[in-house]
Amino acid sequence: MTDGRANSVIPSPREITTEPRFSDKVFRGVVTAGGLSSLVILGLIAVFLGYQGFEILAREGLSFLTTSEWTVEVDSYGTITNSTFGLAAMLIGTVLCALIAVLVAVPISVASAIFLTFYSPSGLKKFLVSVIDLMAAFPSILFGFWGLFVLMPSAEYWAKLINKYLGFIPIFEVEPRIFTRSPFIAGVVLAIMIIPIVTSISREVFSQTPLDRIQAAYALGATRWNVIRTVAIPYARGGIVGGSMLGLGRAMGETVAVYTVLNIVYQINWQVLFGAGGNVASLILLKFGEAQPYEIKALMAAGLVLFMLTLLVNFIADQIIVRTGSKGR
Amino acid sequence: MSSTVEIAKPSKPWKPSIKERIIDITLLAGAVLTSYAVVGATELKGKLAYFFVFFAALAIFNLIKGTATRDLMIGKDQFFSAVMLLGMTLVLIPTASILFTVIDRGRKGLHSGLLTNDMSLATPSDPIVNGGLAHAIVGTFLLVSVALVFSLPIGILTALYLTEIRGRFTRPIRFLVQAMSGVPSIVAGLFILSAIVYTVTKSYSGVMGSLALTILMIPTIARTAEEVLNLIPNDLREAGVALGGTQWRTVAMVVVPAARSGLITALILGVARIVGETAPILLLTGGGDALNFNPGSGAMGSLPFYIWKSFLLGTEESITRGWAGLLVLLVLVLTLFILARVLGSRRMK
Repeated sequence: MTDGRANSVIPSPREITTEPRFSDKVFRGVVTAGGLSSLVILGLIAVFLGYQGFEILAREGLSFLTTSEWTVEVDSYGTITNSTFGLAAMLIGTVLCALIAVLVAVPISVASAIFLTFYSPSGLKKFLVSVIDLMAAFPSILFGFWGLFVLMPSAEYWAKLINKYLGFIPIFEVEPRIFTRSPFIAGVVLAIMIIPIVTSISREVFSQTPLDRIQAAYALGATRWNVIRTVAIPYARGGIVGGSMLGLGRAMGETVAVYTVLNIVYQINWQVLFGAGGNVASLILLKFGEAQPYEIKALMAAGLVLFMLTLLVNFIADQIIVRTGSKGR
Repeated sequence: MSSTVEIAKPSKPWKPSIKERIIDITLLAGAVLTSYAVVGATELKGKLAYFFVFFAALAIFNLIKGTATRDLMIGKDQFFSAVMLLGMTLVLIPTASILFTVIDRGRKGLHSGLLTNDMSLATPSDPIVNGGLAHAIVGTFLLVSVALVFSLPIGILTALYLTEIRGRFTRPIRFLVQAMSGVPSIVAGLFILSAIVYTVTKSYSGVMGSLALTILMIPTIARTAEEVLNLIPNDLREAGVALGGTQWRTVAMVVVPAARSGLITALILGVARIVGETAPILLLTGGGDALNFNPGSGAMGSLPFYIWKSFLLGTEESITRGWAGLLVLLVLVLTLFILARVLGSRRMK
């Protein structure tokens, strides 16, 4: 053997390397740069809004978040003589509307997600899932004007009923008795807007419930409701909470639908059925038209606050989904 | 040698018997009657009240029936199946109502010149046949096209990073894309306003609107594209590399072509996400009433702006115009949605 090999040409071994070639280096660089663009964009948003709003934030300090007076006084020459910017009323309005939306949307969404996963025949399920996906694609302006022209009369009637029978609870008081364009109605419209998001996330988690656990429960003689209550809901709890948080974030940032439905008044309003309120996004849209450069800086600062708020909510939602989603329980 | 073998008659014990059917139908009828009685006797009014009382009655009847025929556990099971059905119905009612309202009110605003005229010569109280939304459709088309030029490459690159490179930024980038999809549309508008309009161009134009839409569109494209690329079997990638291809060649010649129709779906879903986006458009585009084919300068109309303006003007004619605009927008969204569905289902085969 050794003799034979000595006569043949021995190919030298190819150099083996894990070093990527030049084209791959370029490719990886470009793709990584593209991937990091989301970081860059989010960073730029914070930087520019902060830069524009810095003057206001520095002057108002923490009272930008805690006081609720938004006034600009202008003398006859158009120069600003006095101004106060406090966002508290709108911040409370934002949270209030979004909370109402989540309270209304989550039970409905979870029930329909359970229906889709455990009750619906598969043909009907396909159709219903398409309808929910379609609902998620509806633009917000559609919800806004539908809410104003179609939902408002019925919602006003429900508000009156709630007020009549639950009016002794402080938040359901209405004085003076104006029931149209209230945070409650805006909350219901927002609820309808976030239902598709919460439903599709809940449905996804429910459909991942381990089949062996479901079958084990059935084998032990459980009814369908027993299976849902003891197996599916505990398994999906984290996903549902995360999905609801995502819905909350979406509801907080909604502009057009709230602007259309809600009667925007700059005051702290805890009476959810009373027709006055607002949220940060709709305030920005409302004031933007007539604002002078100085007030626009305040609006930028308000935008920054809203941006940070939604980022925070999204971050919490993400953490909840990651923590509970992959582990199961 | 023939013997009679008794063959058991096939039966379907899980099928409801005639007696059970009769009980079920009686319960349904009872629930309907209860809903009429309750709506008639109490303060609950309106179509929704019928729905609520009907389902509540059905749920309670189910509970009683289940408990009476079997036991409480079965009764509860029956009760909650009615509750889940109620939840599903409550999701469908607004959707149906929105579709019905827009079609019903929007068709009154339709006329032959709707798609060919613009509003430059029409006043708010003009009869419906004057003016149209040609400028809005052209504007929306341009806004979306320019936004696609920016968002499609960025979105797909992000998806490629998440599926092909899987570097150490994978987890943070996935979160950032998620966070970006939660950025309120008005914040995207304010950002473009503060970063570009006030500092560089100092004027409203279509491109500024497109840039804001880009921010809103990237997450949708990136996430859908990521899902699609994840569906491409790893065998294809391994085969590409085993044949001596570099990663770049494998991705460009094998992975992306294999995912092509899925990537088009991602594009369509991205367009559907932004085509009706209103808030940044209101801040950035200026919203003209005349046809404008140049996104780089001048006020640019668009469908959401047209709808917004029409409703705010408040005359009877302009509100009808607004509904017509919503109808056109809805048809656009529906078309995009069905297109994405068709492409998506073809991919699965």
